[in-house]
Amino acid sequence: MTVIGVITFPGACDDYDALRAAAKVADVKQLWHADTDLDGVDAVVVPGGFSYGDYLRPGAIARFSPIMQAVSEFAAAGGPVLGICNGFQVLCEAGLLPGALLPNTGLRFVCRQVELEVVRTDTPFTSTCEVGERLSIPAKHGSGRYVGEVPADQVVLRYAPGHNFNGSQDDIAGVCNEGRNVLGLMPHPEHAVDVLVGGSADGLKLFEGMARVAAV
Amino acid sequence: MSQQSEATIPGVEQAVALGLTREEYARVCDELGREPNQVELAMFSLLWSEHCAYKHSKKLLRTLPTEGPAVVMGPGENAGAVDVGGGWAVAFKVESHNHPSAVEPFQGAATGVGGILRDIFALGARPIAVLDSLRFGEPTSERSRYLLDRAVAGIGHYGNSIGVPTVGGEVYFEPAYETNCLVNAMALGLARKEDMVRSAAAGVGNVLVLIGASTGRDGIGGASVLASAELSDEDDDKRPSVQVGDPFEESRLLECSLELLDAGLLVAMQDLGAAGLTSAASEMAAKGGVGIEIDVAKVPLREADMEPFEVMVSESQERMLCVCTPENVDAVLEICRKWEVHGTPIGTITEGDRIRVLRDGEVVGDMPVAALVDRAPVYDLDPAKPSEPIYPPAPATLDPHADVRAALLALVGSPNIASRRPVYEQYDSIVWSRTVRRPDEADAAVLWLREMGDDAPAIAVSIDGNGRKVAADPYWGTVGVALECAANLAAVGAQPLGTTNNLNFGNPEKPHIAWQLSESVRGLGDACRALQAPIVGGNVSLYNESPPPQGPIYPTPVVGMVGLLPDPARAGRLAFAREGDAIALVGWDGEPGSASLAASELSKLRGEPLPDGLPEIDVEAVIGVLDAVRDAVRAGELASAHDIAEGGLLVAVVESALAGGLGASLDLGDVDDLWTALFGERPGGFIVSGAREALERLGERAPVRIIGTVGGGAVEVSVADVSERWTLDELREAHRALEPLFA
Repeated sequence: MTVIGVITFPGACDDYDALRAAAKVADVKQLWHADTDLDGVDAVVVPGGFSYGDYLRPGAIARFSPIMQAVSEFAAAGGPVLGICNGFQVLCEAGLLPGALLPNTGLRFVCRQVELEVVRTDTPFTSTCEVGERLSIPAKHGSGRYVGEVPADQVVLRYAPGHNFNGSQDDIAGVCNEGRNVLGLMPHPEHAVDVLVGGSADGLKLFEGMARVAAV
Repeated sequence: MSQQSEATIPGVEQAVALGLTREEYARVCDELGREPNQVELAMFSLLWSEHCAYKHSKKLLRTLPTEGPAVVMGPGENAGAVDVGGGWAVAFKVESHNHPSAVEPFQGAATGVGGILRDIFALGARPIAVLDSLRFGEPTSERSRYLLDRAVAGIGHYGNSIGVPTVGGEVYFEPAYETNCLVNAMALGLARKEDMVRSAAAGVGNVLVLIGASTGRDGIGGASVLASAELSDEDDDKRPSVQVGDPFEESRLLECSLELLDAGLLVAMQDLGAAGLTSAASEMAAKGGVGIEIDVAKVPLREADMEPFEVMVSESQERMLCVCTPENVDAVLEICRKWEVHGTPIGTITEGDRIRVLRDGEVVGDMPVAALVDRAPVYDLDPAKPSEPIYPPAPATLDPHADVRAALLALVGSPNIASRRPVYEQYDSIVWSRTVRRPDEADAAVLWLREMGDDAPAIAVSIDGNGRKVAADPYWGTVGVALECAANLAAVGAQPLGTTNNLNFGNPEKPHIAWQLSESVRGLGDACRALQAPIVGGNVSLYNESPPPQGPIYPTPVVGMVGLLPDPARAGRLAFAREGDAIALVGWDGEPGSASLAASELSKLRGEPLPDGLPEIDVEAVIGVLDAVRDAVRAGELASAHDIAEGGLLVAVVESALAGGLGASLDLGDVDDLWTALFGERPGGFIVSGAREALERLGERAPVRIIGTVGGGAVEVSVADVSERWTLDELREAHRALEPLFA
């Protein structure tokens, strides 16, 4: 069976939720920031949280963790990598994704259920979705304002009208790399995998897509 | 540091400056058989402070009910805990950080959260939620807006970053809190009962290991300087007494502590809070009936030249004191290294009953443990009901002749009723995938205990206070607060298991404050006995007053209650759900007119003085209503259930309507006084909606009066000879009144 690895950095806090979500579609393995290899996993989640307390700048310290070298090599070889919230910030800092995440325009942390629109389905993660489909997923962050020079075909997810609370450029919520195997997004699909605690199960689609492609 | 400072005797004047009385200083000398040196005086002054010794509240607290079938740990441990079945327990406690927050709101509130979380994981419980109870002056005051903004930011900063969801709470605004805001934080944790650890030190020869942050000069004297005296104009000078929090440090300390306990390496654990090492070491020794030696030279310091007394009283955050056997020390330090947390053996458990402070082996302080902890002075109160009103009325913000239409809009937009969304959206309420009801979805937060396996139950938790009503009547006001908390649990289908409380009062040495305190504690005890919700822990915050004309805060007991509900999917919601559902008033003898405007939100807006006393409450009748509502929610009979609180019946209907995006049309028939019927307040009333037959079935258990129907885009009401109508849009606009405060 496919194995999805979830990295734990010091200060990560959504790693548990990512493991729980991934376990609904695959076997899972917890990866430790100080390790130097990925233990043979088929896909990697760089989870949300406050790695290294977000000190200096979100993601700026975690990108130097020993395991990130292995993640870079895995991504270069075409392995699926999903960065969520702080994980998205880490992947941008590491140069695996274009752009950067700045403090929200309101300068406050906001936790809110948002609607996303799927722009592209030609990534592993969104291969289970339809173009234009809406996903209801919670977002929670203080630095989620996306800015960057990103080719149009790498914009994978946008905030639906009225849902871009952080001021992201062109309502961009998620982008992929040129190879389309690395996706970063600010909202938290791992917090929308069952209705009881997620309000919706829409986020599960991204994990299903990742598991399906990783299994090939 | 000079050798002299230990030889030098600071003397009685220094003792008074540190907050001891002359009589207390004489008792310290009796205990030691000599005058204390600087280290000893510093330690006595802290442990004998109000904050640590509960000098003025201990006798009252002994009257509270603390035992019950669900109690796993009661008062005296780091936190209380209740049995939730299947071998699991939920630990919880509320604590105040009022004075630090009044001086520096961001760090004061942040470290309040950090401190209460440590109390939870010191028991071996993983923290699962935070709630906070906040009180400020009116938002028309610039200082109150600043305190609100920074305290909320501080709570979010710490809670979000450490990854514990903030799932609920309350915010109130009253002139009585203008200079002395209240910041109370409650935390909950989940543990297997067999894995819980106590704080009693044990095993002569065992090693004390200090883990976590290094020790600095921050927070020196916080417990005595800030928490045990009234605030004054010179409080800016006290800013160095406020600690600075580091949630990233605590995140690692949390994981490290839980891994140490999980590996079975610890005999005991205690967090370092108020009075730092002094309090942690003395309390562990006192509970274990052993002695302790600590060598301050071994403590990792932020500043090299700290004196022994400074090391012993520092309130640097994110530290824990552990006891382990000598052969486990290496294994403990290995786990500390994994989490990049300092781990340092600093002392040992000794025979006898002395706490000895050493510096490089030389004794710099030597005291009987029992003198510090068990023989701290305890005082009788001298209560007397005041002959004149203590609190001036709040300035009127609503014309007393305003009509019903204007009154409802004013209430819905009043600071105490307006939507809390701009506050709670700054908190992560969902991390760890257990939040079944998020803020504003229900009267209580609902948390799924999924670790308990198939058919895992949920707990519900609510935190409540009502300073204005307690000011009007300390006994019945406090009974009402406890019932309100239990009502919030009933509305989601939960049965109370246990209670925690934070008693926020003024200076207990004044007879009128002593009267408020003793009457309030009497009410709390009676209500919790009746609810079978024993008190498993809590905190007391006294001296919350400022020089005239401000005076004392409203007496503010804050009650946190935890209850169990078997089926999380059936947890109640407050939002109207379906067009055509019937709306009913449950409780209140079925009579909207049986409520009272005494000390209500409407009377506050009208600028009316506080009444002397509130109507008596038929507690058993209220509990009967709570039982009926809880059972109906558990059975899935109701589409919505919402407790009637501030603003009365019509405000409760508006809240359910706005939450569901569905209007309501009500007919209350003929009433004696339409203002009382629409806006009166009284414990034990609910607005529920559902199928008419379901509401009629509920009527077999409790007074039910069907008063209207869900639907449309407006709230319409007919009462006596008045008919009025408000669109949901205008109500929603009014309800957003707090948004500009955070723009």
